Amino acid sequence: MTFKKTAITAGLIAGFGLIAAACTQQKEEHMGMGHPYGDEVWSGYATATPETRAMQDDDFENPFMPYVDVAAEIYDSPQGEANKSCADCHGAPDDAEGGPMGIPMKGVGARYPIYDAEMHRPINVELRVNRCRTKYQKAKPFKYESDELLGMTGLVVMQSRGMPRVTTADQVGDELYPAWLQGKAFYYQRRGQLDLACKHCHEDNAMNMVRAELLSQGQSNGFPTYRLKWQKPGSLHRRFRGCNKNIRSIPFAYGAEEYLNLETYLAWRGKGLPVEGPSVRK
Amino acid sequence: MAKKPRVKLPKKAKAGDMIQVKTLASHKMETGNRKDKKGNTIPRLILNKFTCTFGGKEVFSADMHPAVSANPYIAFFITATASGTYEFTWTDDAGKSMSVSKDIAVS
Repeated sequence: MTFKKTAITAGLIAGFGLIAAACTQQKEEHMGMGHPYGDEVWSGYATATPETRAMQDDDFENPFMPYVDVAAEIYDSPQGEANKSCADCHGAPDDAEGGPMGIPMKGVGARYPIYDAEMHRPINVELRVNRCRTKYQKAKPFKYESDELLGMTGLVVMQSRGMPRVTTADQVGDELYPAWLQGKAFYYQRRGQLDLACKHCHEDNAMNMVRAELLSQGQSNGFPTYRLKWQKPGSLHRRFRGCNKNIRSIPFAYGAEEYLNLETYLAWRGKGLPVEGPSVRK
Repeated sequence: MAKKPRVKLPKKAKAGDMIQVKTLASHKMETGNRKDKKGNTIPRLILNKFTCTFGGKEVFSADMHPAVSANPYIAFFITATASGTYEFTWTDDAGKSMSVSKDIAVS
């Protein structure tokens, strides 16, 4: 009898061991495998209410646009000691030739974040705008999350609307590959008092409810976005910080390398999605 | 930098037509119910009045209260009667006002 019990217990333990091993294996396989969503990639637009979508679809109703208007004025006016405007180098925001520099704003929203050779890490639109300000315009950089920077980011990203997002960061040998790997590790890393990783909400439970909220895939194609809850536009990093706070973990700073890596990884997760920014979300 | 309010209405209309006017003002709309980090009440500062006049005569107006969101969007219909200029004015608690005018050609 005792022997039998022991045998059963031993069998159970072995069984659990097997299941645990299988789970670990499955997880590892999953992390190593191709795209986590397969073909089922959709934008956060899908979880928005019809009213919110209507606001986004009509450029007039989109409450982000006044910020873009202000940014358009800054774009055309000379800035800093160099007394150069954005338009002096890049032409009008919608100029397909990209002005004297030959760098059009169209397409920027689709391919960023890109690799920054100076800092040896990814760089996003916000930081790139500030790079131009300090390096070429010799002006003070905008504060991250300031109205001016959000508007300028919106103005730049807007030129790529509807273009599919492109990235090759997942290719071994790509300059962004190390950042992509770190971003991926971040995505699957449990953190905070609630011990949740990004994937627990946005991969395992996308389209499910978390209390009263409908979870999206956590795609970044709509950023910068006007969030009705915030009553103002917000950057992707503000969204990251919000997520981190919600799971009771300490958020990283705006423009932190951790977030840039995550941004690089998210761009790959949403590869092919049309650029929507500046979008409107609840 | 102050953001200009946005107003959209058709440039041309037939007399007697109902036309839709869309407006979007940019304002923080501080409700007066929030407190700063020290616990002091942040004073109320909202746009409390919106008016639309045509030839000096009021054709539409709205009183706004603290529950109205930041950057209030107001859309309404008016009947086009004659060519002229519509004047849109928003006034806030500090007495500051911003206005935009739009022309319409009525045939």
